[in-house]
Amino acid sequence: MDFSFVQNYLPMYAQAALLTVRIGCFGILAAVLVGIICSMILYFKIPVLQAVATVYIELSRNTPLLVQLFFLYFGLPKIGVRISAEGCAVIGLAFLGGSYMTEAFRSGLESIDRIQTESAGSLGMNAGQTMRYVIFPQALAISVPALVANVIFLIKETSVVSAIALADLMYVAKDLIGLYYQTKEALIMLVAFYLILLLPVSVIGTLVERRLRYAGFGA
Amino acid sequence: MQDSGLSILFMGSNFLRLLQGLWVTLQLSLISVAVSLPLGIAFGMFMTLKHPAARIISRLILDFVRIMPQLVLLFILYFGVAHAFGWNLSAYASAVAMLVIWGTAEMGDLVRGALISIPRHQYESAAALGMTGRQTFLEVILPQTVQRLLPPAINLVTRMIKTTSIVVLIGIVEVLKTGQQIIDANRLQFPSAALWIYGVIFFLYFLVCWPVSLLAKRLERRMN
Repeated sequence: MDFSFVQNYLPMYAQAALLTVRIGCFGILAAVLVGIICSMILYFKIPVLQAVATVYIELSRNTPLLVQLFFLYFGLPKIGVRISAEGCAVIGLAFLGGSYMTEAFRSGLESIDRIQTESAGSLGMNAGQTMRYVIFPQALAISVPALVANVIFLIKETSVVSAIALADLMYVAKDLIGLYYQTKEALIMLVAFYLILLLPVSVIGTLVERRLRYAGFGA
Repeated sequence: MQDSGLSILFMGSNFLRLLQGLWVTLQLSLISVAVSLPLGIAFGMFMTLKHPAARIISRLILDFVRIMPQLVLLFILYFGVAHAFGWNLSAYASAVAMLVIWGTAEMGDLVRGALISIPRHQYESAAALGMTGRQTFLEVILPQTVQRLLPPAINLVTRMIKTTSIVVLIGIVEVLKTGQQIIDANRLQFPSAALWIYGVIFFLYFLVCWPVSLLAKRLERRMN
């Protein structure tokens, strides 16, 4: 192990990890937003939009992120839609993650008993209030394990953004292997940085899950 | 000839070449699925063992493989193994190895989940009926496990097909690479080729994965 090499290139990895975190955060936030909107559309069975959401979910779940990114980054500029590489990565992640988040929210919403809606109705709450104060909080608690799994999945998926020329962790590792042939060091740092990014998410996820289960919402 | 979008697909043997590329992708996925499923079943059964060493080892393997992005695993196999052991795995062999290792871990976890979801009273009732351990497993536990396992296992197949797309990044000539070649070869005649070719590849993946997802959903619904 060549420690001076590790020391020299640590800042490069740290910067790349920041890019992964930035893309991951924005992408996941957008995916959660898409997920909430789509699951509401499906829950309230809004005509037309429901069909659109269903088509979107099937398209997004059955195609790889890499192909989505290539289309966004190399394809769309041909019809004049020019988005920066980072923008493409965030949009791609939101497109992919949106359907997974929808699925997570939907399973939570479906598990809430009808009696909850009826009770809220008999208390004089309207549909919006019922959703906001009664259904959604309970559904959210049930969705947490699936949401955490999706967050980890999406952070992992960011590893393909190097293909659209973003200097993420994979890009740096490949670069260093190509330039200096320090394969072992480059790969060990790569693995270490992904562990640093993903292990805390996994641990925090488990803790939150346990706490919510303890609270026993709706269960 | 002026740029007229989709017509690039039908020029020469372009569409045929894309389908050939798709076949390489599917071949990779199918080989890996065929190897991962039995290995995953074995790994899943191994994970249900009570022995502490077996538990720790399987847990470590599972957590590492599942937390690392598949592209990192691919790099480790393609660049790292050659460097560390001097085995020059071809890109194709590295890709199969990555898909098999990842597929086995995921499948193993599904099998473990299905096995431990069978309530204890099923074992006890079988014993009360005088069934041997072997009979209990084959006739009581296995049928129920398979029923629970089938929908997520089929979903895993679509995930493996989608994951296969990343092998283009270590230079395997599959559907995406073929698409890039067609785009590059026609850059002057068809400046907008990228839009159409990547659009078509997007739908090719969709057409392959969608029926499999539908099958999984259907089995799931029938189970409930």
